[in-house]
Amino acid sequence: MVAAMAGVMAGAMEVVAAASKMDAGVFVAASAIVIAGALGVILARNPVHSALMLVMTLFGIAVLFVAQEAHFLAAVQVIVYAGAIVVLFLFVIMLLGVDRTEALEAEPLKGQRTTAIALGIIALAEIVILGGTANWATGNLAVAGQAGGPGSNVEKLARSIFTRYLLPFEITSALLVIAVVGAVVLARRVPREEADQ
Amino acid sequence: MSVSGELYLAVAAALFTIGAVGLLIRRNVLVMFMCVELMLNAVNLTFVTFARMLDDIGGQSLVFFVLVVAAAEVVVGLGIIVSIFRRRTVATADDLHILKG
Repeated sequence: MVAAMAGVMAGAMEVVAAASKMDAGVFVAASAIVIAGALGVILARNPVHSALMLVMTLFGIAVLFVAQEAHFLAAVQVIVYAGAIVVLFLFVIMLLGVDRTEALEAEPLKGQRTTAIALGIIALAEIVILGGTANWATGNLAVAGQAGGPGSNVEKLARSIFTRYLLPFEITSALLVIAVVGAVVLARRVPREEADQ
Repeated sequence: MSVSGELYLAVAAALFTIGAVGLLIRRNVLVMFMCVELMLNAVNLTFVTFARMLDDIGGQSLVFFVLVVAAAEVVVGLGIIVSIFRRRTVATADDLHILKG
């Protein structure tokens, strides 16, 4: 009896260990994809390649969302970012015909690149050091509702958005309408006589 | 749930820094815009990580709103870029000095 229980316990431990090993593997792989994609965005000479690298980064972020049990956001990330925003980028690149390569070596402002990279390294060190040393949280858990625990992620997110964050949610609809109207106005071709006046 | 949140935060910090550096070193307006998206995504990852660490769904709700704002921003920004490129066929931010006083 005891031996059987010990066997079950050992089996459970193995399952947990395997799961955590898999979690670590997923995290490492997705992080590598995210960082490699981000570097690709800023290092690719051709804007189309940059856009494709951006898709890679966005998918990696979606995987990291799934790994942290934000399932709805992962789906929305893929649909909105990879499906809509990057397509919009590619559409504009093709429409404008700016998909010619850019000489990365050309540096109009002397020393700009070195300064930018140095500032980036300093900023990263600051973020990491401050994040490691500062007491960043009040320690209050689940102020707006629990993220973990039983129940689906979609249901909890919906409960949060449609109760506590209802007013911001309504305002986003106005924001989207304004954005659509603004895009139409900006993209409208002004008739020549009207533009001259 | 074995990977601790600090590692996710480190990845988000690296992603944000890469986006910021890209915004500074690139001259193509569209690529600069993509770098802004990288920074937004880094912040989203931070929000989701804190949502998990503090067991608070509010972080995920905020990511939802950031997504909406990012979509609106891209639509308007690309509209502006299209209307600029209609008048002049330059691809770099250095050539856009019409507003210079």
